Amino acid sequence: MTSVSVLDELKKAQILELLEQGKRVDGRALDEPREIKIETNAIPKANGSARVFLGETEVICGVKIQPDRPFPDTGDRGLFICTAELLPLSHPTVETGPPQPHVIELARVVDRGIRESHMVDVSQLVIEKDKSVIGVFADNVVVDYDGNLFDACSYAATAALLTSTTPKWNWIDDKPTLVEGEETPLPISTIPVSVTMGKIGSHIIVDPNGDEWASMDARITITSDSDGNICALQKGGSDGFTQDEINQCGEISVRVGAKIREKLKEAQKGSQ
Amino acid sequence: MGGRDATMVLLDENGIRCDGRKVDETRRIMIKAGGLKNADGSAYIEFGDNKILVGVFGPRDVHPKHMSNTDTGILRVRYHMEPFSVGERKNPAPSRREIEISKVIKEALEPAVMLEKFPRTAVDVFIEVLQADGGTRCAALTAASVALADAGIPMRDMVAAVAAGKVADTVILDVNNEEDQAGQADMPIGYMPSLDKITLLQLDGVLTPEEYKKCVDVGVKGCKVVYELQKKALKDKYFGNGGD
Repeated sequence: MTSVSVLDELKKAQILELLEQGKRVDGRALDEPREIKIETNAIPKANGSARVFLGETEVICGVKIQPDRPFPDTGDRGLFICTAELLPLSHPTVETGPPQPHVIELARVVDRGIRESHMVDVSQLVIEKDKSVIGVFADNVVVDYDGNLFDACSYAATAALLTSTTPKWNWIDDKPTLVEGEETPLPISTIPVSVTMGKIGSHIIVDPNGDEWASMDARITITSDSDGNICALQKGGSDGFTQDEINQCGEISVRVGAKIREKLKEAQKGSQ
Repeated sequence: MGGRDATMVLLDENGIRCDGRKVDETRRIMIKAGGLKNADGSAYIEFGDNKILVGVFGPRDVHPKHMSNTDTGILRVRYHMEPFSVGERKNPAPSRREIEISKVIKEALEPAVMLEKFPRTAVDVFIEVLQADGGTRCAALTAASVALADAGIPMRDMVAAVAAGKVADTVILDVNNEEDQAGQADMPIGYMPSLDKITLLQLDGVLTPEEYKKCVDVGVKGCKVVYELQKKALKDKYFGNGGD
């Protein structure tokens, strides 16, 4: 991040030059995401899992489901927490240690998109009101980096949740007790899909790859649900959007998101 | 975080909100430019019950040195809440939420500040939330723009900010704490009126595509109201009777 090489500058210039002609470096249409590959049940020891390739970006998400104490003000609801982490093997610039602001933002945006869609119906995840609830933890690890971690992590977490089963616990002797052999699918109410768009010059592109990501002036991540409503959004980067562009991005996210939702449904079916 | 409560009356049959406002009305806003002796620029804002102080230093030398950039100046923003600013004492260490908001505000201000005029230097913006009541990031961004202008840092425009949102299936302007907790959606917007550029935009809560467009529209209109108050604060300090 501290220095920019001549090659990077040339690449950036080439990306912009191509966009002026309506083209992208990898030949995609402006509103075309990269190929999405989803492998479910990648981690059998997890309650649900997925390995997702978005182009050459690769993310693994494992879902762990276990009894937990509820938050003091929401004793009638289970917990849902989604995280994201960049592994040091994912890119030469990633260092170990406390998470950088951009990684904290990544985790929070991915969590918010899924949480605000109310995908996981936490009202059904109560073992004993105010005492014990079921916690659902979707942890993403980035294994290989080629841009747009927001969407890759979101798809991995969503696919992992769609294929998760939850054990059953009963409240016996003031503690949650596992009931063997009563696994049920996680209660799911909608399928959120995040679509991240980059702005380079005055061009809006869907799912920027690594080179495009490094050339972006600004970005916007919009999550829509199965009803085609918008449930979360985050703008980032050092430039702004006009009101028209914001409206345009909203439309693109719902339209492109609908196609990606079909892929997620296929992955869910494939695992059953 | 959850907490959506349908029992509270957020909007009565006359279209009046829980704190007596109309749907398109902001809370009381008071902005004061200057006020801090040692900062190069400063501002204080009261936005409803939010009370926020912003101090700006720079352009100045960058420490640690490796953060400096030979092509441009850098902007650093710290958004921080005092332990006493909220109902239950907040741990004074920076939370993940504060780190994210610092980043989002930084990126909202960057398009406004002509950092390229000051290579190898840093402009530091310190935001201290003394009392919080919903919408702190917007109030903080609004005050930070005024503090940067007060510091005499060249700017393309000021960023004005206010949230739009949805309560009781109605799009509203300037979401307060109760509406954020019990409402259906919250969309903070930062906007540069002279350049027609949205530089901060977030959303949580479900909106139909029509409501989404309406929220952006209502928010942008609200930002234009806030913008006038920002200009007034600077005029009061620099051209007012007797000044500050």
